[in-house]
Amino acid sequence: MGLLSDPNRRRALISLLTRLNSPICVVCYMAGVAWFMGLAFEPFTLRTYMSENAMGSTMVEERFPAGERALTTGREFSAHKKKAGGMPVDWLVKTMQARGLEVFTQRFSRKLPFPDENKERYMVKGTNVYGILRAPRAPRTEALVLSAPCTPGDSNNQAVGLLLGLAQYFRNQIYWAKDIIFLVNEHDLIGMQAWLEGYHHTNTTGMDWSPLQGRGGSIQAALSLELSSDVITSMDLVLEGLNGQLPNLDLANLFYAFCQKIGVLCTIQGKLQRNDWDSVSGYSHSVQTMMLMVMKQASGRPWGDHGLFLRYHIEAASIKGINSFRQYKTDVTTIGRLLEGMYRKLNNLLERLHQSYFFYLMPSLSHFVSIGYYMPAFGLLAVILLLRALDLWVQLATPPPRTEDGITDKEQVSSPGVLSVLTPLVISHLTGVALYTLPIQFQEMAVEQFPVSETEAVVLTAIGVYTAGLALPHNTHRLLSGEGTEQGWRVLKLVAVLYLAVLLGCTALINFSLGFILALTLVPVAAFVTPHVPKVLSAFILVILSPACTLLFSVFFFQELQELPVSFQEGWLLYLSVISQGILDHFLYGSLVYPLIALLVYPCWLLFWNILFWK
Amino acid sequence: MAAPLTLLVILSVTIRAVLYRSSLAEVISERVEVVSPLTAWKRVVEGLALLDLGVSPYSGDVFHETPLIIYLFHFVVDYAEITFMLADVITAVALYMAVMDYNKQVFRKQKYALEADRYPLDCLELIRSPKEMYYIPLKVAMFYLLNPFTILSCVAKSTCGLNNAVIALFILTTIKGNVLLSAIFLSLATYQSIYPLTLCAPALLYLMQRQFIPVNFRRVSFWWFIAQYAFMYLGSLFVIVGLSFFLLGSWDYVPSVYGFILSVPDLTPNIGLFWYFFAEMFEHFRLFFLCVFQINVFFYTIPLSIKLKEHPVFLIFMQLAVISIFKSYPTVGDIALYMAFLPVWSHLHRFLRNIFLVSCVLLACSALFPVLWHLWIYAGSANSNFYYAITLLFNVAQILLVSDYFYAFLRREHHLSYGLYLKRKDGSEATLVLK
Repeated sequence: MGLLSDPNRRRALISLLTRLNSPICVVCYMAGVAWFMGLAFEPFTLRTYMSENAMGSTMVEERFPAGERALTTGREFSAHKKKAGGMPVDWLVKTMQARGLEVFTQRFSRKLPFPDENKERYMVKGTNVYGILRAPRAPRTEALVLSAPCTPGDSNNQAVGLLLGLAQYFRNQIYWAKDIIFLVNEHDLIGMQAWLEGYHHTNTTGMDWSPLQGRGGSIQAALSLELSSDVITSMDLVLEGLNGQLPNLDLANLFYAFCQKIGVLCTIQGKLQRNDWDSVSGYSHSVQTMMLMVMKQASGRPWGDHGLFLRYHIEAASIKGINSFRQYKTDVTTIGRLLEGMYRKLNNLLERLHQSYFFYLMPSLSHFVSIGYYMPAFGLLAVILLLRALDLWVQLATPPPRTEDGITDKEQVSSPGVLSVLTPLVISHLTGVALYTLPIQFQEMAVEQFPVSETEAVVLTAIGVYTAGLALPHNTHRLLSGEGTEQGWRVLKLVAVLYLAVLLGCTALINFSLGFILALTLVPVAAFVTPHVPKVLSAFILVILSPACTLLFSVFFFQELQELPVSFQEGWLLYLSVISQGILDHFLYGSLVYPLIALLVYPCWLLFWNILFWK
Repeated sequence: MAAPLTLLVILSVTIRAVLYRSSLAEVISERVEVVSPLTAWKRVVEGLALLDLGVSPYSGDVFHETPLIIYLFHFVVDYAEITFMLADVITAVALYMAVMDYNKQVFRKQKYALEADRYPLDCLELIRSPKEMYYIPLKVAMFYLLNPFTILSCVAKSTCGLNNAVIALFILTTIKGNVLLSAIFLSLATYQSIYPLTLCAPALLYLMQRQFIPVNFRRVSFWWFIAQYAFMYLGSLFVIVGLSFFLLGSWDYVPSVYGFILSVPDLTPNIGLFWYFFAEMFEHFRLFFLCVFQINVFFYTIPLSIKLKEHPVFLIFMQLAVISIFKSYPTVGDIALYMAFLPVWSHLHRFLRNIFLVSCVLLACSALFPVLWHLWIYAGSANSNFYYAITLLFNVAQILLVSDYFYAFLRREHHLSYGLYLKRKDGSEATLVLK
C-alpha cells in the first residue's frame, strides 16, 4: 500500500513507467514470445502423472480375445452399409440385440444454414443407433460411452466392428459398475449433437430429433473410436473440443499409461514423442507438436466426435488408429485390449474426473504445460496494453504546458470528446453486427445476382463486409464531429486499449490459444498506432495484423506444421473453406469463435484503424 | 433542465423496454451477479403463487422479500415491468432533485465562507463555480439510469430497484429537510433490508445542521431532536411491521426475511464476500464469524460520522458504499446506487489517486464475472476459487474507490482551511501523506 499511497514513490514509479514505456513494452513483447517458445522445452515442462486415485493404483488385466471376429463384423457392417446406402439401422439393431444390449434408435434431421461443401451436405437426415449394457454390479446411475461414427465410404468400418466386438465381450463380464453405452452415430458431429441433446433433454441449436427411448445414468466419460484399417502402426489421441475446451488431463494420462503397458505406439497431433529434447531437432519437434495443439485449440472447432461431450461436463477424447509405412504393426485384438483396459479403469471411478488439470498444453504425450506456466506468456503481452493505457492516462491528465488558459481549453476539448469516442465505438460495432448477420441473410440474394454457390456467397459476403468496414468508420465520424482533436484520439485509444485488454483477457481464460494468437497480432497494433505515424506503411501493417489476415497466416502455418505445405492458390481456397467452416460450426454446434471475432475483436481492431486515420 | 431529464428518462425507458422484449432478459434474470436470493423475481413469482393458493408465501424457504412487496405485486404483477422501470425513474428523479438542492446549499455555504474570507487566498482554484455545478444533477440521473448495472438489475426485475427507490426518496426528503417523511422512508428502507438503518446517522446530522441544532451531547435540544426523530422512525416502523402482520396474519416473515439477511443461510455465489467464506468455514465458528461480518457493516458508521460530522451528504454516500460492499447479499443494483453519486464529487478529481487503476479493475472484473462463471459452472474446468478471486478483487477495487474519494474529500477540506500549497517548516514544498 505504500506504493499506492505515498505520492513521492508513486510519482517516481509513474515517471519511470512513462519515460521507459516503449522499451518496456518491447521487452515485454519479446519476453512473452520467448516464454511461450520456452514452454516446449522439456526441462520447463512437467511430466504427466495420474492424479486420480481410483484409476492410478488398481491393477487391470486385459483379456479381450476377439479381434478377428470384430474385423469380420466390420466387413459385414461395411457390406450392409453399402447395401443400405447409409446407416444399416436394421442390421445394427439386430446385431446389437444379438449381443445382449438394450438397443434404441434416434432419428434426426437438420437443415444447414448453407451447404457444407467440404462434406457435401445440406439437408441432413440420419439415425443414431445405440445399445446400453446395463451395469450388473451397481445401481444404474452412471454411464460410460464408446462411440464410433458411421461414415460414408470405406472408412471406420473396423471401428464399428471393434465396437460390436467389445460390446459382446463386455456383456459377458460381471464387473461393470457403470452402464456402458455403445453408440454408432451417423453424420459425425451432427448426429452426435442430436444424440447428446436428446440424452440431456436440451435443444440449443434448433435441431429436429426424436426423443431417446432409453437412457443410462449420467455420463462420466466417453471415447470416440476411429479405425479404418485392419492393422495399425500407432494410435493418435485427439483432445481439442468445442471452443478449445479440453478434457481432464487424467484421460490423456490413462491413454498414455495403457499404450505404454500394452506396447502400442501412441502419438498426439500425429507426432511421436522423441527422447532427444536437448538437440535442436528434438526441441523443434516438440515446438511443432505444441503449436499444432495451439492452432487446433484456437480454431475452437471440435477436432473429433468427442468434441461436443465436453460441453456437457463429460470428459471425452477421440482415439484414431493410424496406419503408416512403419514396420511394426498392431492388430485389432491389441486395440481391443487397450480399450478394455481403459474402460475398466474408468469403471473404477468414484467421482467425475476432476483431480488433474483442465487447462494445459501438450508438447508431447508424456509432458504437459499447465495454466500457471503458460499464462505468464499471455500476461506479458497483456501488460503492454496496460502500460500503454497508463501512458495515455498520464498524457491526458497532464494538460499541455504551453497553453496559458488551460482550464477553458480543456473544457472545450472534453465536450466533443464524448461524442467523438462514442461515434466510432457505435459505428464499428454496427459493422461487426453486419459482419455477423449479413453473410447468412444475403446468401439467397447473392446467389441470384452473382454466379456463385451459396457457400461462396456466404464467404465472399463476409470478406466483403469486412473490407467495407475499413472504409466506413473514419469517414462518418469526421462528418459528425468535425476535425478530430488531439485529446480525442487519446481518449479513443485509451478506451480501445482497455477494451482490447479486457477482451483478450477473457478470451485467453476460456481459450488460451485463441487469446494468445490474437494478442500476438493485435497487441503491437494497439501499442504503436497514433495519428502521427506514417500513414501508408502503418495502414499496411495494420491490415497485415488484422484478424482476417491472422487467420490467413494461421492456415498456411497450420499446413506447414502438418508438413503439408500448400501453394498460395490452394491456401486461399483453404482459407475460404475455413471461413465457411467457422460460420457453420457456430450455427451447427454453437462454437463461439465466429461471433467473438465478428462482434468484438473486429470492431476493436476497427477502433485502432480509426485512430490511424483520425486527422 | 427539465427537457434533458425528460429525454434521458425516455431514452432509458426505451433501452429497458427493448431489453425486456429481447431474449437477453431471461439470461440476465438468471445471473447471480444481478439477482440475489432476496431480490430474485423468480422467487417473488413463487411467493405470489403460494399466496394465491392460500399458503403462507414464506413456507418452503424460497421467498424472502417483505410482505409489502408481495402485496404490492399482488396488485401490479401484470405491470411488473412498468413498476420496475417506474422505480428506476423515481430513483433517478429523486436523486436529481436531491442533488440539485444539495448543490444550492453547497454554493450558498461557499458564498458565505468567501464573504467571511474564511478560505486561504491560494485556494481560489478549489472554489466551485456554478457553471461546473450546473450539470451535476443531470449527470447523477444519467449515472443512475444509464449505468449498465442499473439496467441489468431492472431488466432482471430485481427488487433491489424498489429498495433503491425507497432509499433515494429518503435522501430526497432528508435533503429537503422534511423530518417526518425522512423518518418514514428510512423506516421503509430498514424494513426492506435492515442495513439502511445506518443511514439514520447522516440523516440526523444533516437535519440538525439544517435546523441549526449543535451536535453536542450536553444540550437538551440535541437529545430532544433525536428523540423526536427516533419516535417518528420507530412509530412508522411499528406501523409498517404491524401492517405486514395484519396482511399475512402471522409473524412468519420475520425469520424468513430478517433472519435470512442476518444469518446468511443461502450460500449461492454472488459478488459479495460472504458466500465463499461461510461455505469454507467449519460449522462451529459460523456464529462467531457471522457476528463479525455483520457488525462490520454497521461498525463504520461511528468513525465515519465522527469524521464527517460536518458533511452528512458525503457520509450518506460513504454509508451506501459500505453497505453495498459488505452486505450479505449484494447485487450490482446496490453498487449502481452509490455510483450515481460519483458526479456529485467530480470536484474531487484532482485529488483522486487510484481512479485509473480502480476503474480498470472494476471494468475487468465486471467482464470476468460471467467468463469465470461459465468456466466454473458450464465448462467445469475452473472452480469456485477462480470466481471468488474475482469477487475479492472486485470488492477490493470498490473499497479502494471509496477510500480514495474519502481521502480526496478530506484533503480538499484540509486545503480549504490551510491553503493549497502547503509549506514545511523549513519552507520547502510539503505533500500530504495518508498513513
